[in-house]
Amino acid sequence: MTAARATGVAVVVLLLAFLTVPSLVVIVVSFNPTAIMAFPPHGLSLRWYENALTYPQFQRAAVNSLIVTAAATLLALPIGTAAALALVRHRVAAHAVWAAALLSPVVVPGVAAGLGFLILAAGLGLLASRWVLIAVHAILVLPFVIRSVSVSVANLDPALERAAASLGARPSRVFRRVTLPLLRPGLAAAALFAVIVSVNEFVVSLFVSTRVTEILPVAMFTYVVNYTDPTMAALSTFFIAATFVAVFAAERWLGLARVFGLEGHARGGPSR
Amino acid sequence: MRARLAGPLLLAPGLIAIVLFATALGALFRLSVLEFIPGSLRTGGVTAANFHAVLSAQYLRAIGDTALLSAATTILTLLASYPVAYALARARSGRVRSLLLGLTLAPFFTGAIVRTYAWMLVLGSSLVSWPVRLLFEPSGVLVGLVHFSMPTMILILAAALAHVDPALERAAASLGARPARVFARVTLPLSMPGVVSASLIVFAWTFSAFATPELLGGGRVKMIANVVKDLALDSFNWPGSAAFAIVALAVTLALVAGLGRLLTPRAS
Repeated sequence: MTAARATGVAVVVLLLAFLTVPSLVVIVVSFNPTAIMAFPPHGLSLRWYENALTYPQFQRAAVNSLIVTAAATLLALPIGTAAALALVRHRVAAHAVWAAALLSPVVVPGVAAGLGFLILAAGLGLLASRWVLIAVHAILVLPFVIRSVSVSVANLDPALERAAASLGARPSRVFRRVTLPLLRPGLAAAALFAVIVSVNEFVVSLFVSTRVTEILPVAMFTYVVNYTDPTMAALSTFFIAATFVAVFAAERWLGLARVFGLEGHARGGPSR
Repeated sequence: MRARLAGPLLLAPGLIAIVLFATALGALFRLSVLEFIPGSLRTGGVTAANFHAVLSAQYLRAIGDTALLSAATTILTLLASYPVAYALARARSGRVRSLLLGLTLAPFFTGAIVRTYAWMLVLGSSLVSWPVRLLFEPSGVLVGLVHFSMPTMILILAAALAHVDPALERAAASLGARPARVFARVTLPLSMPGVVSASLIVFAWTFSAFATPELLGGGRVKMIANVVKDLALDSFNWPGSAAFAIVALAVTLALVAGLGRLLTPRAS
């Protein structure tokens, strides 16, 4: 290893440490027995975990998160899959406009979307309704579903569907027995992204939820603003661990490099 | 006939989502030009007062701070992300690449609240004596914003670098160019489209950042999104808040439109 290469590796390791260390600090603090952080810690404690799991507002928010994320994902998956099939497979008039409109929720600032939905919900008299939150989450995760499924649709060979049809399968049967199974990796990635994005969604949810309907990130925000004890660290550790497992599982089984377009020349076989 | 109808039919449910989203943004526009009646959610007649308020000294400062912080975040994020993106795009072993990708994506998918809280712990820790005060200061907000933008920047840069053929770098090196020269004359120019688009996206995202300045700024650092929230949820001045949200939206859309123009291949 040359000196230049060693320096390069050291720089990359340092930058990755910058990305990772804050999460590690949260985990360490969550097991700290006292509210004020000491190092080395005076032993281990699970009291903040007990606090986090028994705090009523967190319990209520966890149930809300479960309902909103499940409902939004179940809504967005079929809608997004249909849209992906249309955009990749069919000659759609004003194709670029459709694509831009469907993907636009990613681009629009959270506070603008949040305030817009708040005004709309107030106008319709739906301020306290959980359905507003569900609809908003479905709209916000839709771009991620469309992107993931589109990759699978583009890789799907239409000859397989034509073969099934020529052997006498009706269109609905072709879709169920050929198209859907071949789209499974894309659908799995889409569901995963939808769940991750929805579970972590904060700004828009802050605007359109009440104390009764609020989801976990909003409850956590309120908690951090009002209290400084490590209860929040314990709850955050659950989020960090779950995200870590989800990301590495997705990389292992789905291959995230493909989803993020990282397969170029570097992957084109041995380069030497 | 079937095939002609299939496209529109498949897009119909998506259209409902688009219409809902557009209606919400339409409601935002409408309110931004209506008169605010203090102590009430009712609105008066059409007025430009909300946009005049945006230009008042107090709020112009927030807009200036937002632009400044966004610019600084973009530059620092670019410098911090390029080496990681390069390592990710050029990793020879699949295991190293998976590790780099996983470490980049884990923060990307960890929610804004958890990540910001982590920085509150780090910057506010009594165990580390920071040379300057960071928590509840613009510098601390900047650190949090860079951390927040890095995964996005890394992913876009790595995608661009993955499409730069390493054979070109080897050709330059075999002709006698030193590594620094190969980088400056081959790698960097070829990755420029990625650099430009990633920078625009990070600037636009930072411009409407909320959680990071709200928590790491501790009320002392106000960016546009924080003003939107204060006006809407604390003062119940929805029209005034809507005007600010429109400013953030306009800046974001202008940047994205510029991006679209940059990335469209010119017919030549």
